[in-house]
Amino acid sequence: MSDPKIDGFELEKGFRGMAKDTGSDQTMFKGVHWGKAMMWIFLLSDTFVFSCFLIAYMKGRASTPVEWPNPSEVFALDAFGVPVPLLLIALMTFVLITSSGTMALAVKYGYERNRKMCGYLILATALGGLTFVGMQAYEWSKLIHEGVRPWENPFGAAQFGSFFFMITGFHGTHVSIGVIFLFIYCYKVFAGHYDEGKRGWFTKMKGDYVEVEILGLYWHFVDLVWVFIFAFFYLW
Amino acid sequence: MEETKKKSNQSSTHKIGIYLWIWGLLFVLSFFSYLVDWYQFQGLLRWSLILFFMFLKAGLIMAFFMHLYWERYALVNVLLWPMTAIVCFVALMVAEGKYTLFSRLFYFFVGG
Repeated sequence: MSDPKIDGFELEKGFRGMAKDTGSDQTMFKGVHWGKAMMWIFLLSDTFVFSCFLIAYMKGRASTPVEWPNPSEVFALDAFGVPVPLLLIALMTFVLITSSGTMALAVKYGYERNRKMCGYLILATALGGLTFVGMQAYEWSKLIHEGVRPWENPFGAAQFGSFFFMITGFHGTHVSIGVIFLFIYCYKVFAGHYDEGKRGWFTKMKGDYVEVEILGLYWHFVDLVWVFIFAFFYLW
Repeated sequence: MEETKKKSNQSSTHKIGIYLWIWGLLFVLSFFSYLVDWYQFQGLLRWSLILFFMFLKAGLIMAFFMHLYWERYALVNVLLWPMTAIVCFVALMVAEGKYTLFSRLFYFFVGG
């Protein structure tokens, strides 16, 4: 949501606008808060890290002559005595999407300076993230009980375990870090730091609701990565 | 300046309807991609459906939840063009994976 006006001047849109922004001998991302630009660049680099993991997984799976474990059986969960394929994973997906939706609304209410709605929605997002991590911990312990290790597993190709723990573990770490920050920002919103423009730690920057959007970018990214993990690791 | 900043922040928020729509769509698309596994589609149909739903979901999240649709092109292009490097990497590793599989099968079973 860049500001289309800078100091009263209307900025040109589209590719002409891009050429002018880039060649203006000034700041390139006009109307974009520096924190937001930095978060985007961090997310871009994080995209490459996750891509490397998923590409390694693709290559590992494509190059093994041993049968790959069938994810829809490995990740099945018994519901009322009937094994339902991917039940837990589907629930995790829905929980994460729900938390992404509440985060998007929190950003909206933040910009409208609706402190309470913003705070409660961030709290809901944090609780969704916590639920997700809890379900993932359950999934990990279930698979470890069944004998899945990074070097072997009873279902098929030995590489399965290492890719599973590496990829979902790295994603789970991102979710956990996100949850911690969501709780911190929830406190900051309720305490009114963004209404009063109170300074945060390690920064002279005055508190502003744009910080909620920056946190939101990170949180949506975590959801975005899960979309790819869900497709490639669990469904493929 | 402070005045205009507040004003612009207010004008740049979007109606709640758009977020709820995207939210609903994401639910429906996730449900569909789950159905791909539920009905055990196989082969070309399976992976084309998985990829279709995946890219649709990713696009919706990036465009609307992460506001890329409303950002200036200078930012959007800086973020999206590097992704083509990932596509190249995938293509390279597909070829490499096939070669590794071939050489494993050849030397494990046929012998060196």
